[in-house]
Amino acid sequence: MKRLSIAEALREAMREEMLRDERVFLIGEDIGIPQGFGGAFTVTLGLSDEFGHERVVDTPISEKAIVGAAVGAAMMGMRPIADVQYSDFLFCAADEIINQAAKMTYMSGGTVKVPMVLRAPVGATNRGAQHAQSPEGFFMHVPGWKVAVPATAYDAKGLLKTAVRDEGPVLIFEHKRLYGKGGRKEAGGLDLTSGIPDEDYCIPFGQAVVRREGADLTIVATLLMMHRSLAAADLLAQEGINIEVIDPRTLVPFDNETMLASVAKTGKLLIVEEDNLTGGWGAEVAARVADSGFDLLDAPIKRLASYDVPMPFAPVLENFVVPSVDRIIELARAMVKGKV
Amino acid sequence: MYRDMIRIRKFEEKVYLLFLEGKVLGTIHQYQGQEAVAVGVCSALRRNDCITSTHRPHGHCIAKGVPLDSMMAELFAKSTGCCKAKGGSMHMGDISVGAVPAIAIVAGGVTLAAGMGLAYKLQRSDRVVACFFGDGAVNEGAFHEGANLAAIKKLPVVFICENNFYAASTPMQLTTPVGIAERAAAYGIPGVVVDGNDVAAVYQATVTAVARARRGEGPTLIECQTYRTVGHSRGDAGTYRPKEEVELWKQRDPIERLRRSLIADGAAENEIAAIEAEADREIETAVAFAESSLPPQPEDALLHVYGEGVTP
Repeated sequence: MKRLSIAEALREAMREEMLRDERVFLIGEDIGIPQGFGGAFTVTLGLSDEFGHERVVDTPISEKAIVGAAVGAAMMGMRPIADVQYSDFLFCAADEIINQAAKMTYMSGGTVKVPMVLRAPVGATNRGAQHAQSPEGFFMHVPGWKVAVPATAYDAKGLLKTAVRDEGPVLIFEHKRLYGKGGRKEAGGLDLTSGIPDEDYCIPFGQAVVRREGADLTIVATLLMMHRSLAAADLLAQEGINIEVIDPRTLVPFDNETMLASVAKTGKLLIVEEDNLTGGWGAEVAARVADSGFDLLDAPIKRLASYDVPMPFAPVLENFVVPSVDRIIELARAMVKGKV
Repeated sequence: MYRDMIRIRKFEEKVYLLFLEGKVLGTIHQYQGQEAVAVGVCSALRRNDCITSTHRPHGHCIAKGVPLDSMMAELFAKSTGCCKAKGGSMHMGDISVGAVPAIAIVAGGVTLAAGMGLAYKLQRSDRVVACFFGDGAVNEGAFHEGANLAAIKKLPVVFICENNFYAASTPMQLTTPVGIAERAAAYGIPGVVVDGNDVAAVYQATVTAVARARRGEGPTLIECQTYRTVGHSRGDAGTYRPKEEVELWKQRDPIERLRRSLIADGAAENEIAAIEAEADREIETAVAFAESSLPPQPEDALLHVYGEGVTP
């Protein structure tokens, strides 16, 4: 057992998978340049020293080519892990992600598979509107992609390993503020580490975790918002309000059962997400609970998300737009007290 | 090569009639007039080499060896189709013979082909991929990104531009300021122009490019100048093209040219007639197979979304 940050855990997962399976390789911008960055957030640091530049493929700034090449290589039996630096850049490769990777297996009648991983950092970090989005909801909408959202180092390693071994394409959204110690220090970033077992482990997709038990209200949240929800729950506990916090860990497939079991216990559901409100993953989750858990609810489902604006630069603006611990506390308290 | 060119021509002519009869559904983009390109290129490939194709894939698939039975069944939307009726005309393919299901987004195959080449390189294989696309594709960003990546990494890809001078109805002079093969210079790779209606010329150019790719020296861009003697898609009468131009290109029909040259080289008329009769029989068999096949179950629509049930 050792303690690793998310950046370190992802690196270790990639390293172990590359050692285990020679089909695994990395492709992206700035990932293996000698004396370089190791990717935008140091996740691939050192891997080109160990595996060489053939298995850590540095590319031009060409997101379409990065994703397209990963699709093509995966179709031919490789297991690429592609990296686009910022999830905002996924949109440059929308065709390769949505029309090619997601549909190839289906269009071929199941005869061609695309076992690739696409890593994409999300989250607002005072970089302005084009390096700040949390676009998980866009891609959750696309049949064909599985979507993982690891909020801890333990999950990051286990989910990435599962993704590499999956027979289809998997998107992993990592939060810039959660890379933690060992990764690039983000302003206000949390220094998070997890205990990592020495033995190989994978985390099955579609299994949520109850991060904290409570009887008064269920919060479903991912990534940074999951950590803020835990912080809010700690503070609310001092007032005698007990919040249950659920981390889905994967959005596709989504663990409806764990969430519904929790709602059955608490009768109240708050969904907290960093993406802006309209059409985010929280809307889908709310619809599912309204559909199959309506009788379990004793209050309306609430969503707390970023406002429907592009992400602003100024910290005072960004902090206003993204749900804070205070806003989570306020809404959760009001829900428990029956005031909303 | 004559056999495959005739098979393509007759297949397309039959498909057109079946489309008018309502037996072939959806839309079709046909290949008449361009047969020398598909056949010249695929004749220079091994069975385990791959191709990527386009929204106009029937000719490429036939040339690469996809059985006509399963192609016709796919067009009839039957469960025995090469894509189990999930693909249709625009996604025709059969990976078991190296034909990746066709990619109907213009230039969509270019970056994938680079990735396939990257896989072959990492696998220490000498396989190559031939990537077909039209003249319209060279103005897509994907073309630039894929060609550039293949060039800088010296990937075993042969880029085949089928320049039929029209991107749907838009003539090339409105869209493309320099010759297509000249674009190769921007990537530091060879760019050649060939008469795309001369199957021997296409074949020779491809042999050279494939050999270069197998040696690990990287991609080549081959511009095959050709012409589709039919419309862009179903019901396109091609009114945007001058009649004289169409007539001129019909004079250059690649199949007629090859037939003349075969006869000049001593081939017997009856031998050629036998090849044509055999193609007719094969197509009739394919139609019968397609007609007698069962449609998919509606619930089959829910299969093959996430790669489950696929043999690793």
